[in-house]
Amino acid sequence: MIPLSRARSLQALLRLPVWLWLGAFFLVPFVITLKISLSEPATAMPPYLPVLDWRGGAGDWSDFLQALNVENYVTLATDALYRDAALASVAYALAATIILAGIATPLAYAIARSPAGRQPLLVALVVVPFWTSFLIRVYAWIAILKPEGLLNLGLMRLGLIGQPLEILNTPVAVLIGLVYAYLPFMVLPLYAVLSRLDPALREAAADLGASPARVFRTVTLPLALPGLLAGAALCFIPMVGEFVIPDLLGGSETLMLGRVLWSEFFSNRDWPLASAVAILLVVLVVGPVVLFRDAAAEAASGEGSGREIPGREGAP
Amino acid sequence: MSVLTRSVLIRAVLISGFGFLYAPILVLVAYSFNASALVTVWGGFSTRWYGVLLADGPLLESAWMSLRVATLSAAIATALGTLAALALARHGRFSGRTLFTGLVTAPMVMPEVITGLSLLLLFVGIGLDRGMGAIVVAHATLGTGFVAVVVAARLRGLDRDLEEAAADLGAGPFRVFATVTLPLLAPGIAAGFLLAFTLSLDDLVVASFVSGPGATTLPMRLYSQVRLGVNPEINAASTLLIAAVGLAVGAATWLGARRGGRATS
Repeated sequence: MIPLSRARSLQALLRLPVWLWLGAFFLVPFVITLKISLSEPATAMPPYLPVLDWRGGAGDWSDFLQALNVENYVTLATDALYRDAALASVAYALAATIILAGIATPLAYAIARSPAGRQPLLVALVVVPFWTSFLIRVYAWIAILKPEGLLNLGLMRLGLIGQPLEILNTPVAVLIGLVYAYLPFMVLPLYAVLSRLDPALREAAADLGASPARVFRTVTLPLALPGLLAGAALCFIPMVGEFVIPDLLGGSETLMLGRVLWSEFFSNRDWPLASAVAILLVVLVVGPVVLFRDAAAEAASGEGSGREIPGREGAP
Repeated sequence: MSVLTRSVLIRAVLISGFGFLYAPILVLVAYSFNASALVTVWGGFSTRWYGVLLADGPLLESAWMSLRVATLSAAIATALGTLAALALARHGRFSGRTLFTGLVTAPMVMPEVITGLSLLLLFVGIGLDRGMGAIVVAHATLGTGFVAVVVAARLRGLDRDLEEAAADLGAGPFRVFATVTLPLLAPGIAAGFLLAFTLSLDDLVVASFVSGPGATTLPMRLYSQVRLGVNPEINAASTLLIAAVGLAVGAATWLGARRGGRATS
């Protein structure tokens, strides 16, 4: 046997590459983004001021600190364009999450209630679109939603509408795209919870006289809530920062934060403002949702501490 | 509600749910075989767009670039992610555990625009050449967390008795790891690699931020054409990608089912 202290230092050594890589390529970049969000744009390369000379002495540092400014954050807070984009992003993500819950719950429930032998195939059918290119799946909707597209063609053939509907380049198209692209993320955690539910609970409720609707509402749904929350957290954050969907389906008028960041960066070459948008997105959206999710997980594990949940201990 | 109405209801939900998931993909595939260049006019069956695709040099070049980037970045992500999974599942309490967990899981939920922008700012700051290497580093960073989660789940499900038995029989920790833990972990590591590979192959946003004019991946190439509108050549490229993914997932499901069947019999 290796002595315990040597085992511990070996473990620390094994963690070192992960620390170094994620520190260098995730933590440090974030600090740099924070720093650049406090500088001003310039027509140079890199296009921002002040540039800190890392090799400089303390004098450079104090000059650097004096030159920092919060101008970008003032712009974001006062300019209606950015305020509207922030509010619209959250509104889109919230609406899409609610629609997703409405669609994913019956679908996950139907899969969980299918014959056990067929369930792996049904789950694989949910997973395949998730593995298929995101860009391609969003692109597929253009041909369906555009004025001369298949949806309008079909509705006109059926005589339901006389004029093609304007769907592409509207908020409706963005919502359709968000719900479509993120559906697997919502179905899978819900299915994971629903498939583990003890059927005896439902049977007991039914034996005591509850109607199927009541059993679903008072037994199944509350027990499925952790899956619903996990799915919502998984979908909400990336949807707020989404770029591809509003860009391809939303037209030029749809402003979402991810798109604003993209155009500030690529079109306007305003790196400091793009950085400020990124920092704001993290502080206002990513942080709170992650904290909420962890708190919910904590509460759920605390509540269930009397019951045995194998494999749950120490889960992040 | 009778058993019959319930099974009809469940079937109806399944059909409409999977119809919604697959209809756009089927439309895309169908129109890749359309002789007409107009997406809404059916001009008869044709494979001409596949010919156009195979003659499109820049597109093929970007596909080759994507494959190389995905292989390299998934290999790095698999190594780092497996180490991270061991730390999360087996190392117990260690100093900085909360920060460590945060660093591993945060890139998974971070919006891509932020990851892309902050990595670019780092690369510009240190003067790194913004070519293929930059995309590999970025994608490895993205993939590590996903590999870690997949491998850690497998680790928690492992029967520790096997490792303890090997240790009791006198195998050292390295030997236990190499001959018992690693083989048991292999399916999880393979799944993690595939996940990291697919994520890299699929990424548009992060690659667009970090790469310079010299390195164009397949999604970047497709995106620049998609912005100009619907185009049957893109449908053909998409169909090939979907077929590849469908085959891979099908094979994985089949293998998993076979292994599961053997374990229970």
